[in-house]
Formats: sequence, structure tokens, C-alpha cells
Amino acid sequence: MDLNTLWFILIAVLYIGFFVLEGFDFGVGMLLPFLSRHADAEKQDRLRRTIINTIGPHWDANEVWLLTAGGATFAAFPHWYATLFSGFYLALFLLLAALIVRGVAFEFRSKDENPKWRKLWDGCIFVGSAIPALLLGVAFANLVRGVPIDSKMHYVGTFFDLLNPYSIVAGLATLLTFALYGAIFLALKTKGEVMERAKEAARRLWMPTFGVTLLLLIMTYFYTDILARLGVNPGFIPIGGAVAFLLSYYFIRRGHMGWAFILVAIAIAFALLSEFMILFPRVMVSSLNPEWSLTIYNASSSPYTLRVMTIVAVIFVPIVLAYQGWSYWVFRKRISGAPEELTY
Amino acid sequence: MDPIPFARAQFAITTVYHFFFVPLTLGLSVMVALMETIYVRTGRLIYKEMAKFWGKLLVINFAMGVVTGIVQEFQFGMNWSEYSRFVGDIFGAPLAIEALLAFFLESTFLGIWIFGWDRLSKGLHALAMWMVAIGSNVSALWILVANSFMQQPVGYTIRNGRAEMTDFFALVLNPNVQVQFPHTVLAGFTTAAFFVMGVSAYHLLRKQHVEFFRRSFQMGAIIGAFAIVLVGLSGHSQAQEMVRSQPMKMAAAEALWYTENPASFSILTIGDLAQRRDVFSIRIPRLLSLLAYNQLSGEVKGIHDLQAEYVQKYGEGNYIPPVAVTYWTFRIMVGSGILLGLLGLYAVFVVMGDVYDTRRFVWRLFPYAIALPYIANTSGWLMTELGRVPWVVYGVMKIDEAISPTVSGGMVLFTFLAFTLLYAALMGATIYLLRKYALAGPPIAQDGEQGAESSLAVVPQPAQD
Ligand code: HDD
Ligand code: HEM
Ligand code: HEM
Repeated sequence: MDLNTLWFILIAVLYIGFFVLEGFDFGVGMLLPFLSRHADAEKQDRLRRTIINTIGPHWDANEVWLLTAGGATFAAFPHWYATLFSGFYLALFLLLAALIVRGVAFEFRSKDENPKWRKLWDGCIFVGSAIPALLLGVAFANLVRGVPIDSKMHYVGTFFDLLNPYSIVAGLATLLTFALYGAIFLALKTKGEVMERAKEAARRLWMPTFGVTLLLLIMTYFYTDILARLGVNPGFIPIGGAVAFLLSYYFIRRGHMGWAFILVAIAIAFALLSEFMILFPRVMVSSLNPEWSLTIYNASSSPYTLRVMTIVAVIFVPIVLAYQGWSYWVFRKRISGAPEELTY
Repeated sequence: MDPIPFARAQFAITTVYHFFFVPLTLGLSVMVALMETIYVRTGRLIYKEMAKFWGKLLVINFAMGVVTGIVQEFQFGMNWSEYSRFVGDIFGAPLAIEALLAFFLESTFLGIWIFGWDRLSKGLHALAMWMVAIGSNVSALWILVANSFMQQPVGYTIRNGRAEMTDFFALVLNPNVQVQFPHTVLAGFTTAAFFVMGVSAYHLLRKQHVEFFRRSFQMGAIIGAFAIVLVGLSGHSQAQEMVRSQPMKMAAAEALWYTENPASFSILTIGDLAQRRDVFSIRIPRLLSLLAYNQLSGEVKGIHDLQAEYVQKYGEGNYIPPVAVTYWTFRIMVGSGILLGLLGLYAVFVVMGDVYDTRRFVWRLFPYAIALPYIANTSGWLMTELGRVPWVVYGVMKIDEAISPTVSGGMVLFTFLAFTLLYAALMGATIYLLRKYALAGPPIAQDGEQGAESSLAVVPQPAQD
């Protein structure tokens, strides 16, 4: 395997890490207004804080997966970085704005008693979680579907070229999947009222998620060259992802949320992995001329840079995984919502 | 509409916002880690309360540091795609390394620190803050490796129309990093130390939580005094490096129109920028030579001579950076440094002599002096970056070659305005919260003049091990 392929895999791993980790905290953010409804304002605030505190210690570190994926793309495939982010300009702007308000909102919302202040930041958490969930689906769908890229690797479309039936369905599928994933996470991390509501939400979200995802799958055969890439039998990964998702229904019904969580995580990881398999060895498909697609060869850094970066990644990725894993271990207990547990 | 002015303005505004929060994190994370370590070592609860109080301010500040940083990571691709294509081979590497080595470390362990007070042993909890402090300062190192390549490109070659890395260690050991990293980090320590002293002085003036804030002030004074002296010394090394690697920046920073030997240092120059000459100037003879070479003579090149030289070397064009801004930002930075040095001296005198006489007028200056490091930081960066104009990568790539060709002026203008307004609003909220928590003081019982240890006992604080 050459270094270009290795870096393609590493970047795929970073994006998968991001989707699998930040996916549930986007979901938790989206569910915040729905699972905390209560006539009594004080009680409602407690429920909200309980929900936010489940992801309190983790959301920032989860987000760093995206930053690292961005940095790694810059280092290993500068043309990909340049074309993607200058091309998807306004979409990226919306994504960044959403992440900005969301990040401060977690930190700020409970630091002032004023109900208006809290309401404002709760709104930011909701919007800041829903927009990225939607946009990430849109962006990744466009990578495989193809966008207008000219012979000089310049994106020559507009913002609205990014919004097509296929990418919009993909956006909705991502949004719903993250919401479902978030509900399962909350059911695992809380007790009492929030847990009950989260379980109920997971049960209700599964069907719509399944419907939209199925539609996306069918559309994938029309809008991308999946048949040419993977063949009629797409292989273990895509099928395994689908099976994992179907199985999750059983466990959600039975209330076995631990298994449901693992299965949905696998479904998300395998779905994204399938996307990268369709892409390979391209990184962005040109809809104007297949010759103009960006690939892991024409978009890459020099062999020297790839070698340096490989050494750094081989040493530090395991270390990061170890301490981040440990942080989940430290905060493995469920939160009941008692005041002394609520930091945020 | 030409996107370049907006793209430049956007970069300037968003990084200045970012660097408004970064320096406090760099220094305060270390100070909080020190406080908590003292608590672990001695078991004295007041140090735990200190770590909690200053830690809360750190955390509020950190949130803004994070969200202003997110834009930085993607901005190169958005607005400067040709730049990213041309130098991505070299420039992307430190950025990716920064994320992998530093951002993961600080974000994971800050989460652990905030939420882990009663889930970890005392020692591990203190260690978490050390990890945050290390992560932040390692982050500064790698981003400055990236920035230094733009100031002084090394370890590369031009191949197939792109800059390619040839020597990673040359990049990391760039002479510019060696002077820029200490200066920037020490500026961060200065910022944090004067922040702590300023807030402490505010409370001491009101005789609130006296013991608590005396100890805080003490730590601020010791760190601040060291840091400010070292900031000056490292700044001096930077100036020497600058004369060597970017003589035009030095000439602009000194408004030195013609080459001089020995060179004089300008205290105040009113220039005629259209005619490019001085109208009025007060100069100290020989001081600039001393600054540049540590000796009383030595040639420092002037703007006109350098311009002629660059036209020879790089072809027709204007190689003169905005002289007035470069000149004044340099003076504002150094001026703030001198004022901070004097206050630092006084603070050391107070701490050494144990004379906390808050009736003295100087005490009332400390809360206001919190602003000085911020002013110095911002003007320092403005000088560094504007003095590099017209180059993005000094001597290799010009700013107008770096812009994204497919992004319209209107789009850049839109995102520029949106980020500026959004960050302004968030900055307002951040300052509101910092002020609120800083003025509220620690949540322990008022102690009058008796010292806090006794009164701390009022609050049930089981020492756990
Ligand atoms: C990693 C690279 C890098 C780093 C660490 C910084 N800069 Fe920079 N800066 C650039 C890379 C850059 C740039 C991309 O190269 C710009 C855009 C246009 C230009 O001339 O340089 C720039 C421009 C630029 C400008 C506008 C100059 C102009 O209008 O031409 C300002 C005021 C700053 N920067 C300020 C800062 C501050 C406050 C920083 C502290 C965080 C900072 N820079 C760090
Ligand atoms: C223009 C180049 C820069 C880029 C691309 C950049 C990128 C980023 C990003 C993405 C973050 C958020 C990380 C997280 O989520 O934890 C961040 C935070 C941070 N950056 Fe930067 N940064 C730049 C300049 C600088 C400089 C010059 C310094 C210091 C000398 C610095 C020091 C820090 C620190 C200490 C943080 C931690 C958050 C905080 O400050 O509170 N950055 N940066
Ligand atoms: C006291 C005398 C000081 C001197 C002689 C000095 C010197 C310098 C010089 C020459 C530069 C530009 C380096 C370059 O462009 O290559 C610089 C930049 C800078 N200065 Fe200072 N400085 C002083 C004080 C301060 C103080 C008090 C602060 C803040 C607390 C500060 C913060 C900065 C920052 C943030 C930069 C930009 C980053 C960098 O290039 O290192 N400086 N300084």
C-alpha cells in the first residue's frame, strides 16, 4: 500500500471518528427542547441541565476530530482542502457559524440565572446541532455524487448546486440518524424521567430514520457510480452496516440500549466507510469530466511530507485514542439530575 | 468586487479575536495548575479555592478561544485556496500536528478537569490541568512553526510550481520560531499574571477576601515580574532576527527612510507618507544599532534602499509595508511593555516587603492595567503581520496570488461581516461573564482581616484522598 492510500484511509478514519462521536452529541443537542418539556419552569431547567451534562465533558474533544480531519486533509491532500473549502464556501460558513454558537452555548447557558439568557443559549444548542447534522450529510453526498470542478481543480458551481434531491435526502438521513443515536445515548446516560423520554424518542425515531435511509440507499444507485465501483453485491461493509441498523430496532424495542448504541455506531461507521469505498481513489468527483476529479494522487502532498506525517500519526493517534477512551471511562456513570451533578 | 481587501480584513479580525483569548489561556492554565499542585502538596484548602475560582474564569475564556479557533482552521481553504495549494505541503503539516498533539490533549483534559472534581483523586485532577496547560502551549508552538514559515521560509524547495517540504527539522527549528515562540508564550504569561493581579487588586482595594487575593496577587507578581522582563529580552532577540530576515519590516517599524550607520532609534516621528519623508522626528543616536547588533554601530537599511534592492531582486512592485501602522503598533507594544515593567517592579516590592498598603495610588492602577497586555498582544501581531506586506510567504508568495479564485468579493464580504458581528456579540457575552465572576469573588465566607484559612472551615469541605 502506498502512502497516498494510507492517508486516504487515515482521513476516512478521522471523519468516521467524528461522525461516531460527535454524532450522538449533535443528537442530544437536537433533542434538548423536545425531551425537556415541562409545565414547571424550574423542573424544565433541571431536565435541560441533565441532558446537557451528559455530553458536557465530551463535546469539545469530539469536535476536535473534525478539526484534525481538516488539518490532515490540508497536510496530506492540499488540493482537496483548497477545492473543498473554497468550493463549499457558504455551506462551510453555515457549519462554522453553527459550531461557534453551539460551543459557547454549552459553556455559558447555566452561568447566569436569567431565563431569557438560558433560553437564548438553548436555542443556540438546538440550531447549532441541527444545522451541522444536516450540512454534513449534504456535503458528503456531494463528494460522491460529483460537483462541477474544472480542469484546474476549481469548483465552478454555486451554493445552490450543492442542494439537489440526493444531497437533501442524505442531509435528512444524517439528521434523523444523529437524533436517534442521541436518544439512545441519553437513554444510556441518564435515569428517571429523561431516560424514559429518551427511550420513547428512540422508539419513535427509528421508523422515519429507516424510511429516509432506505430512500437514500436507493437513490445512491441512481446518482452515484456505486455499481461500477462496488458491483451488484456491494460487499461486507455496506451490507453489514444495513444489518446493524436493522438489528438495532430489536434492541431498542426490548430496551437494551447498550446494544442498540453499538449497532447504530457500527451502522454509521460502515455507511461512511462505504462512501469512502465508492470514492476511492478519488476524493472529489467532478461532474463535468471524470478526468478532472481530484484523486489521492493528483491532490496529494509530496512523498516526503506524507512520510513525516505518517510517523507523527502512527505515534500519536493511539495515544489520543487511549486518553479519550479513558475520559469516557471516568464519566461512565449515569446522571440522575441531582444538583451536585450538574456542572453545566 | 475585489475579494482581497475583505479576505484580508476577515483574516485580521478573526485572528485578532482569536488572539484576544489565547494569551490568557496560555498563562492562566499554568497558574491554575500551579495553584492546584500547591493544594495537593500542602493540603491547604485556600489553594483549592484559588484553583476553582481562577479555573472558572479560565474555562469561560477557553470557550471563546475554542470557537474563534475553529474558523482559523478552515479559513485558509475558504479564502486563500491558492495559498493552500502552493504551500499546503509544508504549512498543512504543523496545523495537522497541532490538532493531533495539542487540541485533543487540551479539550479532553479540560472536560475531565471541569467535570472531574469528585471522580478523580486529587493528584490526577491536578494532573489534568497540567495536561491542559501543556496542550495549550504545545498548540502555540506548532501554530508558530506554521506562522514562522510565512515570516522566514526554510526547509523547502519549489517543484512543479509548488513549495515542497525538504527538511522537517529545519521547519521546526526555524530561527524565527526560536525567538517568536518564547516571546508569544511569555506574553501569554504576562497577560495572565496581570489579569490575576488586576482582579486581586480590585478585591484588595475593597478589603474583600483579603487572604485569598493576597496569595493570588503574590503568585501573579512573581510570575508577572519574571515574564515581563523575559518578554522584553526575547523581543530584543526578535528585533535582531528581524533585521536579518526581514529588514524591510524593521525599517518600517522604525520609519527609517534611509540607511544609517550608526542607526538612531526613533522616539517619535511624524512622517509625510505621501512624500515618504519625515516632517518631525525625535531620535536617540546609535540606539537602533545597539538594539539590532548589541553594539554601538552597525548598518540598518532604510526603506528607500530596500525598495530599490527588492525591485532588482523580485521585479517591479511596491515592497513597502504600511509604514505608519507598523511604526505605531511597535511603539504601542513596547510602550505597554515599559508600563507593565514598572508595575511589575512595584508588585515585586509589595510582595517582598509584605506591604499591601492599598491606600497608595498605584493600587488603583492594577485593575486598569489588565488592558495593557491585551493592547500589546494585538499591536504585536498587527506589526508582525502587517510588516510582512506585500508578502504572504516572505520573498516567495505575494498576498494577491494567494486568494481563492472562485470565491466572489460579495461572498467574502458577507462572511466577513457575519463573523465580525457574531464574534462581537459573543465577545460581549464573554466579557460580561468574566466580569461577573471576577467581581463576585470566590464562593467562600467573607474573611475580613483574619485570614481565610479560619473562615474556610465554615464551608464544609471534607478533605478527600
Ligand atoms: C498560521 C499562520 C498565521 C498565524 C499563526 C497568524 N497569522 Fe496573521 N496572517 C496570516 C497567517 C497567520 C495570513 C494568511 O498569511 C495573512 C492573510 C493575508 C496576509 O497577508 O497574511 C495574515 C494576515 C494578518 C493580518 C492582516 C494583514 C493584512 O491585512 O495584510 C493581521 C492583522 C493578522 N494576520 C493578525 C494575526 C494575529 C492577531 C495572529 C495571532 C493569532 C496571527 N495573525 C497569526
Ligand atoms: C492562524 C492560525 C491559527 C489557527 C489555524 C488556529 C486554530 C485553532 C483552533 C482550531 C482552535 C480550537 C481548538 C479546540 O477546539 O480546542 C484553537 C485554539 C487555540 N489556539 Fe489557535 N489557531 C491559530 C493561531 C494561534 C496562535 C498564534 C496561538 C498562540 C500563540 C494559538 C493558540 C491557541 C490556543 C492556546 C488555543 C486553545 C483555546 C484557547 O485559547 O482558549 N492559536 N486554535
Ligand atoms: C518590552 C519590549 C518589547 C519588545 C522589544 C518587543 C519586540 C517584539 C518584536 C520585534 C516583535 C516582532 C517580531 C517579528 O515580527 O518577527 C514582537 C511581536 C510581538 N510582541 Fe513584542 N516586544 C515587547 C513587548 C511585548 C509585550 C509587553 C507583549 C505582550 C504582553 C508583546 C507581545 C507580542 C506579540 C503577541 C507579538 C506577535 C508575535 C511574535 O511575533 O512574536 N510584546 N515583539
